[in-house]
Formats: sequence, C-alpha cells, structure tokens
Amino acid sequence: MARMKFLCDADRCIECNACVTACKNEHEVPWGINRRRVVTLNDGKPGERSVSMACMHCTDAPCAAVCPVNCFYTTADAVVLHSKDICIGCGYCFYACPFGAPQYPRVGNFGSRGKMDKCTYCSGGPEPDFSTAEYEKYGSNRLAEGKLPLCAEMCSTKALLAGDGEMIAEIYKQRVIKRGYGSGAWGWKTAYRETVAI
Amino acid sequence: MRRAKTLLSTLFVAATLGVAAPAFAQNPIQADGVNPMGARPTADSVNEEFLFKQSDKIQGRISIPDRKAANLIQPQGREYQNFREGWLPWIGALAILGMIAALGLFFLFRGRIKMEHSQESGKKILRFNAFERFTHWMTATCFIILSLSGLNYIFGKRLLMPLIGPDAFGALAQWAKYSHVYLAWPFMLGVAFMFVLWIKDNIPNKIDIAWLKAGGGLIGRGHPHAARFNAGQKGVFWMVAGFGAAMSVTGLMMIFPFALTDINGMQVMQVVHSVIGIVFIAGILAHIYIGSLGMEGAYDAMGSGKVDLAWARAHHDLWVEQEQARTASGPQLKGHPAPAE
Repeated sequence: MARMKFLCDADRCIECNACVTACKNEHEVPWGINRRRVVTLNDGKPGERSVSMACMHCTDAPCAAVCPVNCFYTTADAVVLHSKDICIGCGYCFYACPFGAPQYPRVGNFGSRGKMDKCTYCSGGPEPDFSTAEYEKYGSNRLAEGKLPLCAEMCSTKALLAGDGEMIAEIYKQRVIKRGYGSGAWGWKTAYRETVAI
Repeated sequence: MRRAKTLLSTLFVAATLGVAAPAFAQNPIQADGVNPMGARPTADSVNEEFLFKQSDKIQGRISIPDRKAANLIQPQGREYQNFREGWLPWIGALAILGMIAALGLFFLFRGRIKMEHSQESGKKILRFNAFERFTHWMTATCFIILSLSGLNYIFGKRLLMPLIGPDAFGALAQWAKYSHVYLAWPFMLGVAFMFVLWIKDNIPNKIDIAWLKAGGGLIGRGHPHAARFNAGQKGVFWMVAGFGAAMSVTGLMMIFPFALTDINGMQVMQVVHSVIGIVFIAGILAHIYIGSLGMEGAYDAMGSGKVDLAWARAHHDLWVEQEQARTASGPQLKGHPAPAE
C-alpha cells in the first residue's frame, strides 16, 4: 500500500490560492472553514516563499493521540481520517496539530464548537464510499475513484505534490538536483519525523 | 525560400538583441541568477531550519481573516501530545488512586473518629445556615460532575469506551462535555459565594500553628483549640479558593479559545487545567472522607446544618464560646449564626 503524503515545493508555489479554492469547491466546505491555506513566509523580504498547507496526515498523528473520544483512524493508505459522529468538538486536536489543520464551524460559543472538519486527503470518511452521508460530512471521495487530491492535481505550477511519499520525494529530489536548489520539504520533519534527503 | 526565412528571422533576433544589449546591463538578474548585490533571489530562500533557529514556530502572512491560520508549523503540538498521552494519565492515576489508597490505609489504621460524649451531648448548635449549605451543595454537585466529565477527557477512552463501544461513548462524551462547559458557571459562582461567606473565618492565625503542632483532630488524639474553622479546614478553604480560581481562569480561556492567547498559550492552559484539576480532585476526596466516613458527627454540619454541641465544643471550642457569648445562652437552634450575617 502507498503511504500518502503532501509535499509543497515552495520554490514553485506562486501563492495563487487555487488549491484553497479548489478544495472549498470540491468538498463544499462551509464558510469560515479552510481545509487548505497558503502561508507566505518572509513576506516582501528577500527569500520570500509561500507554502500551501493542510493536514499532513502525520505518522503517529498528534490529533489522533490526544482525541479524548478516539474518533480518528488511519486508512490503509496512511490517510488520517475522523468520524464526525463521535467527535465532541473539544478542540484538543487543534492544540496538538502542528499544522493548524483541524477546523470548527464555530470558534467558541461556550465550547460548543461543532464537529471538527479537516482535510480528508479527498478520501471521505467512515461512511460508505460515495454515499450522500459521506459527501455531506466530509466532501467528495476522489481517492476511491482512483484520483489524487484535487488541490495537488490542479496546481498550476505543480508546486503541491500528492501521492505516495516515496514517489513524491523522488520527484522533488529530481527537481532539486536539476535546478540546483530547494527550500526543503516543509513540515515533513514534524509530520513524518523524516525529511527528503538530497 | 524556407532557409532564407529562417536566416532572416535569425538576423532579426540578433539585431534586436544587439539593440537591447545596453538595456541588459541594467537588468539586475544576470544569467547565472546572481544580482548585483551578490544574492540569488531564485535559489536563496528561507528554509525550515533557518526559521526554527529564529523562533520556535514558523509563522507567515495569510490572506484569510483567521490569525491562527498564519501559523505554518508549531512543533509544540508534539510536546502537547507527549504530555497529554504520556504524562497526564499517569499523573491522574497516581494522584487519585494514591489518595484513595492513602485514605483507605488511614481508615484501616485510625478508623472512624468517634464522637466523644459529654453532658452537652444531644443538644444542637447551628453551624451552617441554609444559604451556606445551599452554596456548599451547589458547588459540590457541580464539582462532582465536573470531576467525572473532566476525568472522562483523560480516562474515558481508556476505561469506558472499550466497555460501551464508540457510538455510545461518543454520545456520552458529548453530554459530558456540555455538562463540563455549562456547570462550570454555577461552580464558579459557588466558589465566589463561598469565598465571600467564609473568608473572615479562614484568615490564618497563631491558633492554627498550635493546632497543626498538636497534629489537629486527624492525627493527634487531643483537641487543640480551634475557632469556627481549624487549620485543616482553612487549608481546604484556601485550596478551593486558589484551585477554584486557577480552574476558572484556565477554563474560561478554553471556553473562549484564542481570545487572549495564542496556540502555545492554549496548550499551557490545558496543561495547567488538567494538572490542577487532578490535584483538586485528590484534595476534595480527602475533604469528602473526613466530612463523612472519617469523622462521626462532622456530616451534620452540612447535612442538617446543626451539629451536636459536644462535638462542636470538642472540635471548635473557641467558636462555641463566641457563639454562646453572642446570645448568652447555650444551644442556638433558633438564632442566626454569626458568619452568615
């Protein structure tokens, strides 16, 4: 089985935010929730780079570990998913997530944030594949259709890579060797406890 | 013909380039990507290692109106994970089971502290009036539910979930969470009321030192002087006031997340809230023990509000004297006790 990962090649990202828009549209993500976002580092200064970030589907995922109701599970493709039926909206996963991925329909509202929502790697939730219940809670299930996450698929500069960790690391490695530079695989050390060795 | 066209276009390109040549000198980017400053803007960039040397997390600019989203990577989440899943269950189990074991051992060793009879036995004196008892029990009820729903955040998935299954546990945990958030309010009110009601009888003084030296009523065998509250009870009062305030502040920060602090602040609030909560529960277990099983006659104070005069004179002699001096008579069933006024 593949070990699915994301890799954002920040030397290619042009901060067009199309990945954000595509994600919101594909999954009909409600207002106020961003499953993916683009953060610009060193904005306006030399060395500025933008990184598209969503759930990294960590190894030993902190969200899953701290969840008081164990609503998370990891698929055979190493995608970290959760059940909105079990989630109680306590907010702990947001405190634990190194990447700010978990989102809630409401910020506080006396602690009743609503069910957590996050990137599903375009692979739905625990409901049957392509069911209405799955779509309404988690969005579309592209992985079950044999497709990769839309954000990476439609990235105009191919900065955002999605797929098997070893394959996308190899693609990135080749790029870095060819062009002679690379700002690294952002977040990999924290998420996967390893980085792309070049 | 075709060749001539190619030749022409080549010449044209060459001519254009020739004309453009002087402009090239002003272009800051040279062929190898190095600008006149010696920097390579394409190749040189920020990287994770460099940014982590400057700050413990990587933050940038974000175009969505959510400041939290500007955090790109906060590895402290992993530390929070280690605390919550590594340390916290052990701290919780040790503190609470340790306290239960200690109380059990104490009970086996000392047994129930019996009431000592005197000629005043049978007469009653009002120790806590209705409002005091209401405040106590409102706070106590909230505390018990808050404790159980709080412990559920740590131990529920380990103990309860395997027994009742994920769906039932999810529903239960949801209600536990609502009760935790909503009962926090009457609890905070109760702590505030108790603080105002009883602070004047809980200021530490010299009598407390003597009481502690004599081992109090718990370890020692005699009855050192005590006013309305002895040093042990004052300890409970100040524990409830201090921990209650700490739990309120950290709890409010979590009810209104990110209102005053950032992600790392939220993690600290969590850690403080959980550790103090556990110590608080252990402390209150001891309070429950001595107020019920541990000492005969003690429960009446919060039960009916009226305690046996012999018990009161043994444990709170100075208070009884004070009360009797106020009304110049013995038992004061009808009169109002001083602290409630």
